[in-house]
Amino acid sequence: MTALLELEAIDAGYGEVQVLWGISLAVRRGELTTIVGANGAGKTTTLRALVGAIATRRGRVLFDGEDVTKLPAHAKVARGIVLVPEGRQLFAAMSVEENLEMGAFSRRAQRSFDTRLKEVFELFPRLKDRRRQKAGTFSGGEQQMLAIGRGLMSDPEILIIDELSLGLAPVVVHQLFNTLKKLKAGGLTILLVEQNVHLAFALSDHAYVIAEGRLFTEGRPSELAAKPEIRQAYLGL
Amino acid sequence: MTALLVIDNVSKRFGGLAAVQKLSFTIEEHEILGLIGPNGAGKSTLFNLLNGVFAPDTGRIVFRGVDITGELPYRVARAGLARTHQIVQPLGGMSVRENCTVGACFGRDNLPLARARAAAEEAAVFVGLADRLEAPASQLTIAGKKRLELARALAAQPTLLLLDEVLAGLNSTEVERMIEVIRRIRQRGITILMIEHLMQAIMSLSDRIVVLNSGQKLAEGPPTAVANDPAVIEAYLGDPELAAEIRGAI
Repeated sequence: MTALLELEAIDAGYGEVQVLWGISLAVRRGELTTIVGANGAGKTTTLRALVGAIATRRGRVLFDGEDVTKLPAHAKVARGIVLVPEGRQLFAAMSVEENLEMGAFSRRAQRSFDTRLKEVFELFPRLKDRRRQKAGTFSGGEQQMLAIGRGLMSDPEILIIDELSLGLAPVVVHQLFNTLKKLKAGGLTILLVEQNVHLAFALSDHAYVIAEGRLFTEGRPSELAAKPEIRQAYLGL
Repeated sequence: MTALLVIDNVSKRFGGLAAVQKLSFTIEEHEILGLIGPNGAGKSTLFNLLNGVFAPDTGRIVFRGVDITGELPYRVARAGLARTHQIVQPLGGMSVRENCTVGACFGRDNLPLARARAAAEEAAVFVGLADRLEAPASQLTIAGKKRLELARALAAQPTLLLLDEVLAGLNSTEVERMIEVIRRIRQRGITILMIEHLMQAIMSLSDRIVVLNSGQKLAEGPPTAVANDPAVIEAYLGDPELAAEIRGAI
């Protein structure tokens, strides 16, 4: 399988502080790829650099073989590079339906609006039941569903999710992982940042471990799980 | 060895959030104690409790045999406890020398200005800022600003130095240089309590490690023991049972 998305030696950071030092990774079409690593390792920064929320200082982002490094974030969404951000970032005062509409602002997404909305409601019946309810009144789990729903409304080629399970009850995490499995079975390419390494490895086809802004190791989760490097990446010893 | 600092059953809440809960541990003289834990574990809050930015809700903090619980920051500094900040806080319009002089004037020895200037210069030279003494702090690179944080704290002639992520944001060469500076600070007889996310660095520098998680002490001991502690591994890598359960179900 070919890579749908590639990062080549990305440097990025905030102000004077450089966070990423030559991060390279590839997400193959139709696969679920995860990035794991300790707090402050640079996972979210990697995603931000990739979607164009912060500028890269060096390196390239390739999408479907084409250099999209300098494309602004909204243009990347229009190409199908879609981020479900950490902490959901919903429009709290807007209804479920309105939040989903916000996900479909690109011309590409508007074309498939009706089909997509039907899919999202099939995937999360709870969102359909509560479509006029304000997003801010939702539980953490429901908000995460809505955030994923909003992402799907953008008609993604690749859905990028930052922290799926953080702060959620096990039963909800369960449900969300089932959802990802369905989405993957439907052919969607997924890139996931997940703080629970075991969860990430349980579901993914390929995993990248980053530590201190650098790629630490990578591989099939079954191979990685046995490696002492994982603990080293998190605990230094 | 005797305890330089005793943290005894200290708690601090912010509204509904128990930032630090019934925390107890001691720091021995001349040791480097590393404080680690996931984001939000309460590490920086603990620093703020130790140097008097916040007063704890319960518990006691005893420094060199004196109860400093709830003491104001300037008095804690006088008592010989200095700190650096995770987000560097230089007095931007002032020179490196002037920044360090401020540290010396309000430090342990209550130095008169002339002697404070000398102590300031000595501290700046010690951390490697000899050629930047007259430069405005705002013109330093991030690595320079981190060194200045350290120099300003050192100029206060502390007995105990709290370092809050002095390695964050530095490149690997700068990290190595800074580690060397920290080692030399300890050789001068200064006790160090440090927070750091660069695990290899903190594990190699520290004599002992305390792990915080959700405001509580999760583990304490030599670096190797802590890194092999199943509870610590779980706190960092996540709950393995949740994954096993979900793997079985889907």
